[in-house]
Amino acid sequence: MFIIGELINGMYANIAKAIKEKNKSIVQKCALEQIKAGADALDVNCGPASKEPSSDIQWLIEAIQEVASVSLSLDSSKPKVIESGLKAVKNKVIINSTTADSDKLDILVPLAKKYNAKLIGLTISSKGIPQNKDQRLELAATIVASCLDNGFPVEELYLDPIVMPVNVAQAEMRDILESIREFRIISDPPPKSIVGLSNVSQGASARSLINRTFLVMAISFGLDAAILDPCDSELMDALISAELILNKQIYCDSYLDAYRKK
Amino acid sequence: MAKELMIEKWSGYVNEISIGATKEEGGSRSNVIKIGGQKTLPFLFSEGAIPHKPVIAFEVWDTQPIDWPNELLMAYGETVKDPFDWAEKCVKDFSAAIVCIKLAGAHPDLGDKTADQEAKFIGQLLKKVDVPVIILGCGDDAKDNVVLPACCEAARGEKCLVGSAVQDNYKTLTAAALADGHNIIADSPIDINIAKQLNILISDMGMPLERIVINPTIGALGYGLEYAYSIMERARLAALSGDKTVASPFFCLVGQESWRAKEAKASITEFPSWGPESERGIMWEAITATALIQAGADILVMRHPKAIEKVNKYIEDLMDNR
Repeated sequence: MFIIGELINGMYANIAKAIKEKNKSIVQKCALEQIKAGADALDVNCGPASKEPSSDIQWLIEAIQEVASVSLSLDSSKPKVIESGLKAVKNKVIINSTTADSDKLDILVPLAKKYNAKLIGLTISSKGIPQNKDQRLELAATIVASCLDNGFPVEELYLDPIVMPVNVAQAEMRDILESIREFRIISDPPPKSIVGLSNVSQGASARSLINRTFLVMAISFGLDAAILDPCDSELMDALISAELILNKQIYCDSYLDAYRKK
Repeated sequence: MAKELMIEKWSGYVNEISIGATKEEGGSRSNVIKIGGQKTLPFLFSEGAIPHKPVIAFEVWDTQPIDWPNELLMAYGETVKDPFDWAEKCVKDFSAAIVCIKLAGAHPDLGDKTADQEAKFIGQLLKKVDVPVIILGCGDDAKDNVVLPACCEAARGEKCLVGSAVQDNYKTLTAAALADGHNIIADSPIDINIAKQLNILISDMGMPLERIVINPTIGALGYGLEYAYSIMERARLAALSGDKTVASPFFCLVGQESWRAKEAKASITEFPSWGPESERGIMWEAITATALIQAGADILVMRHPKAIEKVNKYIEDLMDNR
């Protein structure tokens, strides 16, 4: 499982404050904690309060790169902000994200190719959020087709089925999970799958429990990657145990520690 | 249409381990044996790097073996009565690149030599032969916990490979190997889960995973060889997929297991249809070794010089395909 830590996001008060005061140490501490907890990559999002996201994302990236060399996931709905971030990144990078709209695809797929980046594709378009599995697969196919047209390797594409809050879209959960499995049959080599996990429990009370239950179910449907809070140790334990049960790790009594040693 | 080979891409690799230290490195060995470092399965040169070939260590005891069949004893002649002569013969007559000293004489039933005696023995042996050395305990945990630390100290700086640590008894040996700069052998009873667990336990004591060798415990041809093979293959696949806790080179006691087989040592008078025992035991040991090499064995401890010669030739032939 490829784990992207979600905590460097201006939506959170500590990061918003760090950006405003240009306090690197808060960002760096948050980066190192997530890596220690098992993150393979870190999401970087300036948040809604940032007035200068193109320069703020560069500042965040530079702050993180002073202490860590993991992949960074540049998270913005604005291609200009992502492009600005790409100029500051030193290591392997993830573009988070494109939608299935041609105006986004036409910019971001070539950029992903140019920077040898992984690309997250949301199965969503300007027409709105998909209501069922078929709509998700149709949008996924549009994104895959754009990658093929642009010569971008499909195995570096991570499709996100758009996880809706369970208290909003309970009836859609099964379709979302099945989409994860069916993304794989769109092309050969297959694209990968990813979810932004925390959304599933948005507005609910037992957030951590819902997050980890959904994650375990998604893993059993073949999920390749997730954007999540790696510092939620119960969530990480559930993830590691799910992979163990699917024979992705060799069992030993200290399998939780073993995973974290990787 | 041209045929295209399906090439596997691996993200992990086997740890590279150096056995023996030269004068420049603080020891007195004439050469250093390097094992591991593979980035693919055995001999799939087109898929990834295989920097080192499997090596064969000659098994030498600190006391005259009591249960070795005649075929084996004859190969070494009178030298089996003196471990220094025996080890020297391996290096000089049979060009051994590394020797494996089994401290069988420390066993309470086989001489009960003291820690001081064994430490002195190791110190002298290191003066007699200048190749890298593997030191194996007698197998009695209580005795090994006294003898092996003394031997580790006697061999300080020589970067030996010492064993064996087991799940219920690893702390004393790990501490000693760590203190005196040696590599360690972690034994597991044909059990991948215990192999992984023991590697974690040993590394938790501060021993780098890059200094641990796994002894997966093997069975000879006809005695569970395929079981050992599958365990080794599974660990190696996990290692190549990025699991660092099982990414250790493999150490296999081929001679010990092969020569226990009835088929290796029974005489022709007992089983006329099996052919002469002068050839059979050698073949049994050689075939067991070659199968394990295909499973990923990195160090094979063997007994009969002729079997070793055959397997060395086999290794050279395979490595020629590089």
